[in-house]
Amino acid sequence: MDLNKRYTPQTWPDHPETATLEGKNKFVGFWLLLAAETVTFASLFATYLALKDKGPSGMEFSAAGLFELPLVFAMTMILLTSSLTSVYAIYHMKNHNFKAMQAWLGITVLLGLAFLGLEIYEFNHYVHLGFGYTNSAFSSAFYTLVGTHGAHVVFGLSWFIALMIRNAKRGLNMYNAPKFYLAALYWHFIDVVWVFIFTVVYLMGVIG
Amino acid sequence: MAHDTHDIHRSRAEFEFIKKKRAAEMRGQLTSFAMMIFLTLIAFTLVAADFSTYLIVPIILLLAAIQVVLQLYHFMHMSNKGHGMMAFFMFSGMFVAFMTIIAMVTIVWW
Repeated sequence: MDLNKRYTPQTWPDHPETATLEGKNKFVGFWLLLAAETVTFASLFATYLALKDKGPSGMEFSAAGLFELPLVFAMTMILLTSSLTSVYAIYHMKNHNFKAMQAWLGITVLLGLAFLGLEIYEFNHYVHLGFGYTNSAFSSAFYTLVGTHGAHVVFGLSWFIALMIRNAKRGLNMYNAPKFYLAALYWHFIDVVWVFIFTVVYLMGVIG
Repeated sequence: MAHDTHDIHRSRAEFEFIKKKRAAEMRGQLTSFAMMIFLTLIAFTLVAADFSTYLIVPIILLLAAIQVVLQLYHFMHMSNKGHGMMAFFMFSGMFVAFMTIIAMVTIVWW
């Protein structure tokens, strides 16, 4: 079968992401990856929780003194909204509306970039205060946990942008529908991890 | 072949029905989103209001868990058909995650 076969909204399958064997395999493999990622992040969360506020004697930094909620609140709202905009993108993918899907993915990417900008600002601010990566066990655990999440955001954004550019002239077909679907799943997973980061690191950090 | 799929021929009524069903699902997604925003607001407000730590921590962890369930089951469609194996993967992952955190928090000290 020709991969570039044209579809219309009438002939488009209900679940294009799993309509082909290739799509089904990607779908199962990707959920397995997400389960493994859960464990990866758990080990980073566990390290952070064990080493929170710990460091050499005389260390002046603590979670309660360092973190500020307004910035974290803005980041949380931006990432949560970007999760919704990618749901809209997949809704239009299922309706075989390529332009609308690309537009919503574009909005998702912009929100993701805004999130990333705020995170870079935050890290830069801490480093200027003297809270660098090698400052203490606490700082290393913090940067590794939140930084790994930030790296996932960078990867998710690159993935979206690559898909959007590569398929810009192709339109939707059986070859790329599963790819868009999985990229959106990955983006939701990034938000799932952030829910625990803002709760465990920032909110529980501020109350000490 | 790996990319083969059956050709679908829908009647007009069938097509309209599916479109409406999808639009209804999308409205459901918006409801989930509103709930997630609401849960986030409660969590931040509780912390800003400065209640007792022993009261806040279990509540905000519970709020986070509810939000993640909404995200997994609605935004990531785990409530749809054919996600049994995916749920098995994720719950296995969460089990190992939970054990890792319990182990590290209880046996690692400075």
